[in-house]
Amino acid sequence: MLRLPPFTYLQPKSVRQALRMKTDAGANGMYVAGGTDLYPNMKRRHQEPKVVISLAGIRALGRITGGTRGSELSVGAGVTLTELHTHPRVRNGYSALARAAELVSTPVLRNMGTFGGNICLDTRCNYYNQTYEWRKAIDFCMKKDGEICWVAPSSPRCWAVNSSDTAPVTVALGAEFVLVGPDEERLVPAARFFRDDGINYLTKHPHEVLTEVRLPPLDHWDATYWKLRRRGSFDFPVLGVAVWIKWDGGLVADARIVLGAVASYPKEVPEAAQLIIGSELEDDVIEAAAAAAYKPSKPMDNTDFGLAWRKEMTRNYVRGTLQELRTRRKD
Amino acid sequence: MGGAEGGSADRRSGGLVHRSADPANRRTAEPALRVVGTAQRKVDAVAKVTGQTLFADDLFLPRMLYGKLLRSTQPHARILCIDTSKAAALEGVKAIVTGQDLPIPFGILPVSQDEHALCPERVRYIGDPVAAVAAVSEETATQAVELIEVEYEPLTSITSVQQAVATPEPRIHDYGPHGNLHKLINLEFGDVERALAESDYVREDLLFYEGSTHLPMEQHAAVADWSADGKLTLWSATQTPHYVHRALTKVLELPASRIRVIACPNGGGFGGKSDVFNHEIAVAKLAMETGRPVKITLTRDEVFYCHRGRHPTLMWVRTGVTKDGAIKGMHFRSLLDGGGYGSYGVASAYYTGALQTVTYNVERYKFQGARVFTNKAPCGPKRGHGTPQPRYALEIHLDKIAEDLGKDPAELRLKHLVSPDSITANYLRVGSVGLETCIRKVTEGAGWKEKYGKLPYGRGVGLACSSYISGAGLPIYWNAMPQSGVQLKLDRGGGVTVFCGSTEIGQGSDSILAYIVSEVLGVGVEDVHVVTGDTHLTPVDLGSYSSRVTLMTGNAALQAAERAREILARNVAAKLEVPMARLAFADGRVFDTEGPHNGMSFAAAVQLSEAAEGTVGTVGSYTPPDSPGRYRGAGVGPSPAYSYTAAIAEVAVDAASGIVVVPKIWIAHDVGQCINPVAVMGQVEGSVYMGLGEALMEEMAYRPNRNVIQKMPSMLEYKSPTTLEMCDVVTYLIEDPDPNGPFGAKEVGQGPLLPVAPAIANAVYDAVGVRIDEVPITPEKVLKALKKKEKGEEPRYGPHSFPEIPWPEPIRVPPPWEGGDGRAVPAGGAAGGEGGAETGHPAISPAPTAPSVPSPSSPERQH
Ligand SMILES: Cc1cc2nc3c(=O)[nH]c(=O)nc-3n(C[C@H](O)[C@H](O)[C@H](O)COP(=O)(O)OP(=O)(O)OC[C@H]3O[C@@H](n4cnc5c(N)ncnc54)[C@H](O)[C@@H]3O)c2cc1C
Ligand code: SF4
Repeated sequence: MLRLPPFTYLQPKSVRQALRMKTDAGANGMYVAGGTDLYPNMKRRHQEPKVVISLAGIRALGRITGGTRGSELSVGAGVTLTELHTHPRVRNGYSALARAAELVSTPVLRNMGTFGGNICLDTRCNYYNQTYEWRKAIDFCMKKDGEICWVAPSSPRCWAVNSSDTAPVTVALGAEFVLVGPDEERLVPAARFFRDDGINYLTKHPHEVLTEVRLPPLDHWDATYWKLRRRGSFDFPVLGVAVWIKWDGGLVADARIVLGAVASYPKEVPEAAQLIIGSELEDDVIEAAAAAAYKPSKPMDNTDFGLAWRKEMTRNYVRGTLQELRTRRKD
Repeated sequence: MGGAEGGSADRRSGGLVHRSADPANRRTAEPALRVVGTAQRKVDAVAKVTGQTLFADDLFLPRMLYGKLLRSTQPHARILCIDTSKAAALEGVKAIVTGQDLPIPFGILPVSQDEHALCPERVRYIGDPVAAVAAVSEETATQAVELIEVEYEPLTSITSVQQAVATPEPRIHDYGPHGNLHKLINLEFGDVERALAESDYVREDLLFYEGSTHLPMEQHAAVADWSADGKLTLWSATQTPHYVHRALTKVLELPASRIRVIACPNGGGFGGKSDVFNHEIAVAKLAMETGRPVKITLTRDEVFYCHRGRHPTLMWVRTGVTKDGAIKGMHFRSLLDGGGYGSYGVASAYYTGALQTVTYNVERYKFQGARVFTNKAPCGPKRGHGTPQPRYALEIHLDKIAEDLGKDPAELRLKHLVSPDSITANYLRVGSVGLETCIRKVTEGAGWKEKYGKLPYGRGVGLACSSYISGAGLPIYWNAMPQSGVQLKLDRGGGVTVFCGSTEIGQGSDSILAYIVSEVLGVGVEDVHVVTGDTHLTPVDLGSYSSRVTLMTGNAALQAAERAREILARNVAAKLEVPMARLAFADGRVFDTEGPHNGMSFAAAVQLSEAAEGTVGTVGSYTPPDSPGRYRGAGVGPSPAYSYTAAIAEVAVDAASGIVVVPKIWIAHDVGQCINPVAVMGQVEGSVYMGLGEALMEEMAYRPNRNVIQKMPSMLEYKSPTTLEMCDVVTYLIEDPDPNGPFGAKEVGQGPLLPVAPAIANAVYDAVGVRIDEVPITPEKVLKALKKKEKGEEPRYGPHSFPEIPWPEPIRVPPPWEGGDGRAVPAGGAAGGEGGAETGHPAISPAPTAPSVPSPSSPERQH
C-alpha cells in the first residue's frame, strides 16, 4: 500500500485553538477536514505537512442554520457532503447545491468529505495526481517538484483544474464564505475566493479557516447543476455547468452561468448570461447562450476524455441546464 | 442486474437451464444427479463473507520483514550503475538485492525466457524492477528504495506497433525473427486466394482492439520464508503455483524438492496472476539473504506495471462468401503490441488466429499473426486470452457481410454453423456445439425480429457469437504427464479430503472438486474437505488459466472418486452379500438399491475397507486427448471441448454527445452441463461486466511523447464500469454435454466475455448507422463518426492501414476435406513442415495418431 509520510496529528476543539496551532506550525502545518483529498495527496507527496490540524472535532463547523422565511442559509464548512445533500432545507430551497454535493464521488467519500474541503479542494491534473515515482519518471511538473508544465510546455503557468462540484454552484448562487484568521474575520464572495492559477488556486490565506458558507435567501430564483463524467459514480467532473436565474414574471431578470472543471477556477461566462437576461428562454436564445458559453470553455488535456469533446459538450450542457430551468420557470 | 426471464425451462438455479431437446445430444446419460446441476453454496463462501479467508497480504509471520521493489523510471535504458550505499545505511534496512544477485532469466513460456527478477543491465518499460529492499517496516523499505540511485543511459524507446515494425534498432530483445518483431506466424489451410477469387462476394475490414488490464480487487502479494535447514516456502497470490515453482527452482538454483509454493486464495485474477512475477522471486531471494520471512505487497500502481493484460491488437480480415453467406475463404491478419517482454505472448499471438474456425464453417483459412516488442508494460493473458480481439473483428465483419448480402445477421450465422463432432480447417476437433440453441434463445428472448433494424433512431440491437476453449490441449512446457492430478483420502469418520494443485481465484474451483466428489461418493458437500494449490501437499494441476480447471480437475476428481467408490463398493458388497452393481452411494450411506435398508453409513464403509485393505486413498488424473493438428503451430487452439455463446446487446446512443448506454444484454452460453448453475450464472454475468468495460471505456493508455508513461495507473482514472454502468443481463444456460467434460461440463469463465463488445458495436450501428471498428467505443469516437456521416463521408471510426510485415513462408496444411492429414506439406524447402521444432513451445503438437478426416458438411459423430 502507498504509505503516508510521518506527521503530527492535532485535534483542536475550537477554531481559535486551530488557528493557534497553525500559527505555531507555520508553513509546515495544514488543516484537514474529512481528509478525502489531503490524505491521498500526502501519499503521493503532493502536500507534505509535518503537522496536520484536524477540524473534524470543532462542533461549531458542523451546523446548518437559517434558510427560512427570507433569511440566508448558513452552512458550516465541516458539514459532510452527505449531511449537505440530505438536509431538507438544502434539498428544498437549494436543490442545485444538494445535487452537486450528491454527485461528488461515492457515498463512502461523501460520508467523510466536507463542504469546506470540497470548496478548498486542490486543483487536479493527470500529470499531477500520480505517485511520486510516476512523477519522477516524467521529471515532475511545476505544480510540485518540477519546472515545466507538461500540459502546455511553453506556458509559464499551471493549468490544473478546479474539479470541485460544489464550487461552481456557490459562485452561481452568489454565496459568501466566512474566513477566520488569527487577527481578522472576513466575508468573501465565492467568485473572489478562487483564482485562475493551478498552483495558487485560492485567495484564502493558508492560515485562514473557512468556517461557514452563506447562501442567499430564497427569492424567485432558481438554479441547477449538471455534471459530466465518465461513470455515474466515483468520478470527478470533466465539465460542470451551474446556472442561476432570477425570474421576473416570465422573464429572466438576472442570471449567472458558471463552468466547472474546464479551468483552474469556476469560470463565470457573463457573455452567455447576458444573452438570456430579458428573455423568456426561447429556443434561439438558449442556443445563442450555449454558443457563447462554448467559446470561452477551454479545457486542457489533463483530465479524463479529450479536450475537444469536453469543449463540445459545454454547448450541450448549457443548453440542457437552460431548458431544465425553463420548464421549471418560477413566476 | 442479473436475473433471468421467460421460457419454460428448469428454474432450480434461479436461472434458466436449457437442456438440448434432442436426447441423442445428451451423450453422457447419467443416472439422476443429486449435487451436480443444483445450486450449491461455494465451499469458501462463508469464510469469504465473514472475512476469515487469508489472502497473501493477510499473512504475518514472526520476525517478518517488508520488501519493496525499486522500479525503473525510464522506458528503455541501459543501467550504468546502481548505488545502494545510502539505502543500505538507513536504519532498519536488512538486505538489498539487484540484478547481479539474480542473473538467471526466466519466463512463463520456454521460448520466451526473457525476464529477470531484477533487471541486470537494461530496463524495458517504466515500472521494470531494478532493485529490492527488505526492511523492518513498509515505510522504511519505501524510504530505502527512494535512496537507491540508478544511473541510466536512455535508449530510443519504441512506443507503437507501427514504430516497432519500422524500427529494427535498438532491439528491445535480442531474439525473435528480427528487429523488434517477437513472433511471426503464417499458416495457410487451403488455397485462400483461389477461394476468394471464386467467391460471390469478398469483403475486407480493418479493426483495432485496445489493450486493457485485469483490475483484480486484490493487489499481488507474496510472503517468503527460508528455513534454517535450507528450505524455501512462498505464499503467493498466484493462479499458477506450479509454474512459479519451476521458475523459482531455475532462478534460485534450488532443487524443486526444497521449494514449496502455496497459492493463497486470489482476490481476483482474470489472468493477471498467471505469470511468474518479479516480486515472487525477489521476495524469496530477500528471505534467503536475511534468514527472515519477507512480504511484498504491490501497490495499485505496481499492479498496473505488472499488467500482462489484453494485447492491443490491430486486425485485418478479408473474407469471401457465397451469395448465401457461406464462407469460402478467410484471410486474417493480426498485429499485437506485446510490451516489453514475452510473457504468454507467443501463445496470445496464436490465439488471435486459432478460433475463427470453430463457430461458422470456414472452408479455407489463412492466418498471419505478428507480435512486436514495445517499451510498455508486458501484455499477456486476460480473460479470453487472445480471442476477444479477433472475435470483435470477425463478428463485426460478419454483421457487415450480412448487411451487404441483405441477410439477417442471425439467419446468416444459423445457416453456417460448425457441426458437432467435426474437425475444422485448422484441425481443431470440435465436440458438442450448442450455438444454434444459444442463437435461438437470445433472438427469441430479445425480440430480435421485432427490434433489429426497426427501433427508433438512437436505439439499436446487435448480435454476436463466440466460442472458447475448455482448457488448452497442451501444457505450457512440453511434457507427457497429466495436466491435472487429484488425490483422495477417505477418513474413518466419513470425511473425504481432496488434494489438488488447482488454485481458487474466486471462480469456484475448490467447490467444483467438492461437488464432484460428493456426487460420486454420496456424501454431503460439507463432508468433503478441499486442499488445493500447495506444491508440497497437492498433486500438480497446471493452474487457473485457459478455462481448464472444471474440465480437467473435474475429470481427475471424477476418476479418483470413482476409484474410491470401487474400493468401498467391493468391500461393502462382500459384507452385504449383494453384487457391487446393485450398490448405491447417497445421503452418506452405501446401500442395496433393491433393499435400501440393507446398507451402512459411509463412515462404516470406509472402516470396513480400511480394515480389509489398509488406508483408503486414491488418485485420479487427466490428460487431454491428442489433437489432430500436426503442423508447427498446431499446439494453440486444441481443447477437449469448446463452449459456445451468443449475445444480443441493446443500446441507446445519444447522437448529440455520442454517449452509448447499454440497458440490457441477453446472453446464452452453452456450458455443456452446469456443475453449479449459480456459479455458472455468476461467471456469465461477470464476463458480461468485463466485456462491457472493454467495449465502452477500458483503455491501457500511454503517453508516447512523455516517456511512454502509463496515462492513468490508478483505480480512479483507469475507467472501468461501476454497478451503475452495469446493464441488465438475461442469462440462458444451455446444456449440450460434451463427452470430454466431467458430467459433460465445458467452460464458462471466459467465453461469455467474447461476444459482448462486438454485439455492442453492431448495436451501435443499428442505432445510429455508424461503424465503430475500434474498442473502446467512446463518446468521442461515436460523435466523430456521426459527424463524418453528416458530411457524407464514410460513417466509421477505426484504423485505416495495416503495416507491411515481412511474413515468413506460410506453413501450408491442406484442410481435412482437401486430403490433408494435419501435417504441413513441404513447401519449397521452407521451414515449417513436420512436427514441432520449437521444443517446449505451446504451439507444437506432435500427434501420435492420425486424425479422421471428415468434411465440414458431413460431420462424423462419435457417441
Ligand atoms: C476517489 C475520489 C473521488 C472524488 N470525487 C470527487 C468528485 O466527484 N467531486 C468533487 O468535488 N470532489 C471529489 N473528490 C474530492 C474530495 O473527496 C471532496 O472534494 C471532499 O469534499 C473533500 O473534503 P474533505 O473534507 O475530505 O477535504 P480534506 O481532504 O480534509 O481537505 C481538502 C483541502 O481543504 C482544506 N480544508 C478543508 N477544510 C477546510 C476549512 N474548513 N478551512 C480551511 N481549509 C480547509 C485542507 O487543508 C485541504 O487542503 C474525490 C476524492 C476521491 C479520493
Ligand atoms: S497543468 Fe501543468 S503544471 Fe499544472 S499540474 Fe498539470 S502538468 Fe503540472
